[in-house]
Amino acid sequence: MKNSHYDVAIIGAGMSGLAAGIRLAHFGKKVCIFERHNAPGGLNSFYSLGGRKFDVGLHAMTNYVPPGVKGTPLGKLLRQLRIDREEFALCPQKQSRIAFGPRGETSLRFTNDFAVLDAEIAAKFPSQADGWRRLVETVRAYDDVSLDARPVSAREVVADHLTDPLLTDMIFCPLMYYGSAQERDMDFAQFVIMFKALFLEGFARPREGVRVVIRVLLEKFRAAGGERQMKCGVARIIEQQGRASRLILENGGEITADYVISSIGYAETMRLCEPPQTVSAAQNTGTLTFVETITVTRQPPAAWGWSEDTIVFFNDSDCFEYTRAEGQVDLRSGVICLPNNFDYAGGTLPEGIFRVTCLANYDRWAHLPEEEYQADKRRWFNEVQHSARRFLPSVDDAVLAAAQLATDMFTPRTIRKFTGHLNGAIYGAPHKVRDGRTHLANLYLCGTDQGFLGIVGAMLSGISMANYHILQGEAAGRA
Amino acid sequence: MTKEDCKKLVVDIIADIAPDEDLSTIKPDVRLRDQLQLDSMDFLDIVMELRKRHGIEVPETDYPQLASLDSCADYLTPKFATKG
Repeated sequence: MKNSHYDVAIIGAGMSGLAAGIRLAHFGKKVCIFERHNAPGGLNSFYSLGGRKFDVGLHAMTNYVPPGVKGTPLGKLLRQLRIDREEFALCPQKQSRIAFGPRGETSLRFTNDFAVLDAEIAAKFPSQADGWRRLVETVRAYDDVSLDARPVSAREVVADHLTDPLLTDMIFCPLMYYGSAQERDMDFAQFVIMFKALFLEGFARPREGVRVVIRVLLEKFRAAGGERQMKCGVARIIEQQGRASRLILENGGEITADYVISSIGYAETMRLCEPPQTVSAAQNTGTLTFVETITVTRQPPAAWGWSEDTIVFFNDSDCFEYTRAEGQVDLRSGVICLPNNFDYAGGTLPEGIFRVTCLANYDRWAHLPEEEYQADKRRWFNEVQHSARRFLPSVDDAVLAAAQLATDMFTPRTIRKFTGHLNGAIYGAPHKVRDGRTHLANLYLCGTDQGFLGIVGAMLSGISMANYHILQGEAAGRA
Repeated sequence: MTKEDCKKLVVDIIADIAPDEDLSTIKPDVRLRDQLQLDSMDFLDIVMELRKRHGIEVPETDYPQLASLDSCADYLTPKFATKG
């Protein structure tokens, strides 16, 4: 291990790091991925508790398109990583909803068929139909994968087309919850990526969850000749003459590499640099974090009438505020996921699962003494579930209690611990670094803070950065 | 190597890069882009697979030479020949 030299060192074995690794190893690069944890997957890993396997963050994989639809991110990534579609075994969603109002009085259904959302909006917001059509055209025409687009406020662009604040908030809500690192607004490029990923494309999930995707990536990486060092984080990136000259590992080892690709986040990477880039790190650190409750039940949720919805995005207030929670948790809005309600083509999940996500506040969780932390977790678990149940067909507390087999919950503290993201900010830095460049000539970012969102986006990010900065130049003889 | 052999090698590469494309009816004199859904990422991959599998370098300025199967064969066959 000591004094090893690689063509490329990748920090982090999440979706983006693995995807970058597969590309580079496939084309003959000597690549090693350094991962601090024992398990790969990063933000989208899985864990075992009480004999059950849980997905960490995955509600649904976005960007789903049926076989035969070409030219979308899913198709691109399958080609680039030489993955056969069947290997991911994706099962499409049934339907999802955006439910606004104290009891979800206004609701918009959407499925993997965009016509459904289109019709819902025409029926419920007839005065907005023209504006909606124009917005959709703008989104379709926008080049969202351009690496040098200037940031533009999505709220401003959308306001050119939609005048109804309720519809505007209802459209923003799912897009923000599934990927925005920015409070209140999004960069329009991010808006377009998410709009396509959720509405124009759609949701799916492998029946066994995210581990199917991770397993495929690991196998491709191994087969291509890539190396992995697990439980082996990078402690420092040593700068010399404007380049990352050496990596000091957490186990004391030291390696060198021609190129370094970091998937661990912008600020997180800057803090590893020596000399440290603390000012730029502090100026671009995310603050949006979440709690998530998971309830495992004996029967599938359909047993008490929760049979239709796969994902529900809810908000009970006049305005939808996508901001850091004032208190420990903001119960006004959130996301419900019922993984049983994907179309498993006759298959089923062994147990029922009911997940709810709400916005939270890192500081109000981070420093609690252990006993208080546990007590707060229990208290908020109940509050979050009650809040979410307002937007689902009503069911007796006793029915749910009798069905309950196990629960788990994660907080901003859990997220910080397992992802390394400062402030537990799942979606990372508010300002994305689209071209992946840093202050060091051979150090690049990929993943969340490069700015392609979701699992599919993360993989495309790793692919794009490997292509753009390393493989492309070489193919053209520019290396 | 004949031009036909060369075309076959290119088709083999495309088949691996884009297994979801139907290559059985591909017309050698028509631009690949016009009959298959290949984007710039896919073309980069054709170049890189040529290099990986056959040690053939295609400089960026010559990418237009890879437009159709016929032009691929015209351009690549001599390169295979000099490689022996």
